[in-house]
Amino acid sequence: MSNLKLIIQREFIARVRNRTFVVMTFLSPLIMVGMISLITWLATLNNDEVREIAYFDETGMFAKDFKDSENIDYVDYSQLTLNDAKDSVIIKKLYGLLYIPKKQSNKELAESIQFYAEEAPNVGVLSSIEKIIAAKITNQNFESKGLDLSTIENAKAQVNISIENFSGEKTSKITNYVKMFFGGAAGYFLMMFIIIYGNMVMRSVIEEKANRIIEIIISSVKPLQLMMGKILGTSFAGILQFIIWVILGGVLLTVGVVFLGIDVDQSNMQDALKVVEETQGVTMANFAEVLVEINKLPLGALVLAFFVYFVGGYFLYSSIYAAIGAAVDSETDSQQFMLPIILPLMLGIYVGFFSVIENPHGTVSTVFSMIPLTSPIVMLMRIPFGVNWWEVVISIFLLFGSIIFMIWLAGKIYRVGILMYGKKPSYKELFKWLKY
Amino acid sequence: MTNLLEVQHASKRFGSFTALHDVSIQVPQGSIFGLLGPNGAGKTTLIRIVNQITLPDQGAVYLDGEPLHKEHIKDIGYLPEERGLYKSMKVGEQALYLAQLKGLSKKEAKERLKYWFDKFEITHWWNKKIQELSKGMAQKVQFIVTVLHRPKLLIFDEPFSGFDPINANIIKDEILQLRDEGATVIFSTHRMESVEELCDHIALINKSKKILEGKVSDIKREFKTNTYEVGLIAENNDALFAELTDKFDVGPADFKTIDDQLKLKITLDKNTPSNEFLGFLSSKAQVMRFNEVIPTVNEIFIKTITENE
Repeated sequence: MSNLKLIIQREFIARVRNRTFVVMTFLSPLIMVGMISLITWLATLNNDEVREIAYFDETGMFAKDFKDSENIDYVDYSQLTLNDAKDSVIIKKLYGLLYIPKKQSNKELAESIQFYAEEAPNVGVLSSIEKIIAAKITNQNFESKGLDLSTIENAKAQVNISIENFSGEKTSKITNYVKMFFGGAAGYFLMMFIIIYGNMVMRSVIEEKANRIIEIIISSVKPLQLMMGKILGTSFAGILQFIIWVILGGVLLTVGVVFLGIDVDQSNMQDALKVVEETQGVTMANFAEVLVEINKLPLGALVLAFFVYFVGGYFLYSSIYAAIGAAVDSETDSQQFMLPIILPLMLGIYVGFFSVIENPHGTVSTVFSMIPLTSPIVMLMRIPFGVNWWEVVISIFLLFGSIIFMIWLAGKIYRVGILMYGKKPSYKELFKWLKY
Repeated sequence: MTNLLEVQHASKRFGSFTALHDVSIQVPQGSIFGLLGPNGAGKTTLIRIVNQITLPDQGAVYLDGEPLHKEHIKDIGYLPEERGLYKSMKVGEQALYLAQLKGLSKKEAKERLKYWFDKFEITHWWNKKIQELSKGMAQKVQFIVTVLHRPKLLIFDEPFSGFDPINANIIKDEILQLRDEGATVIFSTHRMESVEELCDHIALINKSKKILEGKVSDIKREFKTNTYEVGLIAENNDALFAELTDKFDVGPADFKTIDDQLKLKITLDKNTPSNEFLGFLSSKAQVMRFNEVIPTVNEIFIKTITENE
C-alpha cells in the first residue's frame, strides 16, 4: 500500500475513533432536533395564550366587528362607566381595556382611541385591533361619500408581476427566495465545514509535534505527503460525520413528527408560510410553486459546482491550518495566526448575504467570487442566480491555481515548522522559513 | 573496507545561521560509528540530511556507492533524539503502521513484530495504548520499530536516554548483535562511556565543522603522549622521586594499592622505547605497576574541543 494511503487511513481512523468525534456525531443531531422541538413547543405555548380584552365603546359602532379570534377574546364593557370598566379589568386581570370615545368626526376618532393596560401590550395584538378599527372607519368614510362597498371591492386589482428573462424562462419572486436559500445554505455549510475540519487538521499536526513522533514519521515519508494525507484523511472523516448527521437528523425528525405529534407539516409550515405571506406577499398556493422552482434550478450544475468549490475551499484553507499547526507548539499559540483564516471566511459570508442577495451580478459580488479565499462561498451563493460559464471557469482556475500555490507555501512552512520546538514564531519568522 | 555511507562536503545554512560547514564523513561497512559533538554542533542536521529530512545546500551523500535517493529511506532506520509515539493509538497498530510506512507488507510486519515482541517479552502490550506505558516501555517499542525493516544503516540519536541500566544493556546487546548480522550503526551521543564501549570509528563535530574523524584506535594512538602510569616500591621513595623528577616529566597518579607505593605518571619523549624505561625503573625499584596511559574518548573530546575554542 502506498504511504499516502496508509497516512489517510490512519488519520481517518484516528479521527473517527476519537471520543469527542463519536459523541459529537451522535449527539449533535439529537441536540439539534431537541432544540427545534423545544422552540416549536415554546412557540405553540405562546400562541395558545388567549388574551381577554375589554372594550368600552361610546360610539357603539364596533360591537359587531370585535369578533373573538384565535388569540383574543373581546368583552363588551360599554354598559359600565369608564372608571368601573377600568376597575373591573384590573380586578378580573384582563389583558387590557380599549377605550373608544365619541367624537365629532371619524378623523378625530381615529386619533383618540386609547388602550389601557398594566404592561406594555403585545404589538401583534395592537395591530390586529388597529386593523379592525381602520377597516371599519374606512368603510364608513366610503359610505358617507356615497360609495358602494361592493363596487369598491370589485374595483380592487390584484397585481402580480411575472418575471421572465430574455431566453423566455419564467421566474417569480419565489424563484429568488429559493435561489437565495440554496446558495446561502451551501455557502454557510462550506464555511462551517472549513472551520470545523480545518481545526481538526491543525490539531492533528500539533498532536504529532507534541507527541514527538513527527521526526520518526518524516524519516519514512515526505512532509508534503504527510500533510496531504492528514488533510485528506480528516476530510473523509468529516464527510462521514456529515452523512451520519443528515441521516440521523432525518430519522429523528421523522420519529419526532410521527411519535411526538409535532405537526411539522401542517401547523408549523402553515405558520411559517403565513409569516412569509404577510411579510412578502407570497400566498399559500405558491408552496407548490416552490417545489416546481426547485426542480427548475439546474440541479446537476449546482451539485457539481458545490462539489468543486467545496473541495477547493476546503483544500485551500486546511493547508493554511496545517501550516499554522506546524508553526506552533500548542493550540493556544495558534490564536495569533487565525486572522488570515477567519477574516476572508467572514468576508465571504457577509458579501454573500448582503451583496449577492441584493445584486448577484454586481461588481462586489463578481469580484469576490473571483478572489480565491472568498470565491468558494461567494460563487456558491451566486451560481443559483445563473452565472456566465466563463466567470465560473476563471474563478475555478484561480481557485485551483492558488490551491497549488498555497499547498506549496504551507508545505514549506510545514516542513520547517514540524521540527521546531519551543519557539513561538512570528509572521516574520514564518516568512524566513520559506527560504530555508 | 568499503564505506556504506559517505557524506561529501555537506553544508547547510538556516538563514544567517550555519548549521554545517563543509562536513565530510566516511562510515565503513559494518562499523559502529560514533558521531560526537557538543550541543548545537550540527550533529542532528547532519543526521537529518542523511535521512533526507533536510536537503543540504551543498555537498552530496552516497549510500552504498549511490547518490542518496528516495528508495534509500527503506535502507535506513532512524531513532531520533526527539522521539515519541501517538499517545492514543494502540501499541500493535502503531508499530504496524510505522513498519508499513517503511515498506513492509502488513503480513511481514506482523510476523517480525511478533518475533521482537516475544524477544522483549512485551507481547501483552499489543493492545495497550502508549499513554498507559512508561517512558522506558515506549522506548522499547520505538527501538523495535526502528530496526524492524532490517535496514543496512541504523542511526541512533541518544539511544540510551530514558532507559534504566538493565534495559540500556539489553538495547546495547541488540545493537551489537545487529552489527554482527551486517548492519552499520551510527551513534550520536554525549555518553562517552558508551562510545568507548561500542564505537570503532568516531567523528567529532564542533561549531558546524568536523574537527576529527577516524578509527578509534588510530585516534587514540595519535593522541597518546607516551605516558606511563607506574607503581614503585623503593628503599627510599623520596630519593627515587627526586631522581625521576630530575630525569623525566613526572606527575602524580592515583590508583588503589594495598601497600605503600610511589604512584607516578611519567611522560617520556616520543623516541624513548618503553622497554628501556622499564629497564631503568626495575634497576631502581621494585616495579609493581607499569601501564601505558591511553587517552579516553572523553579526554580526546574535551581536549579537541577546548583546543578549538
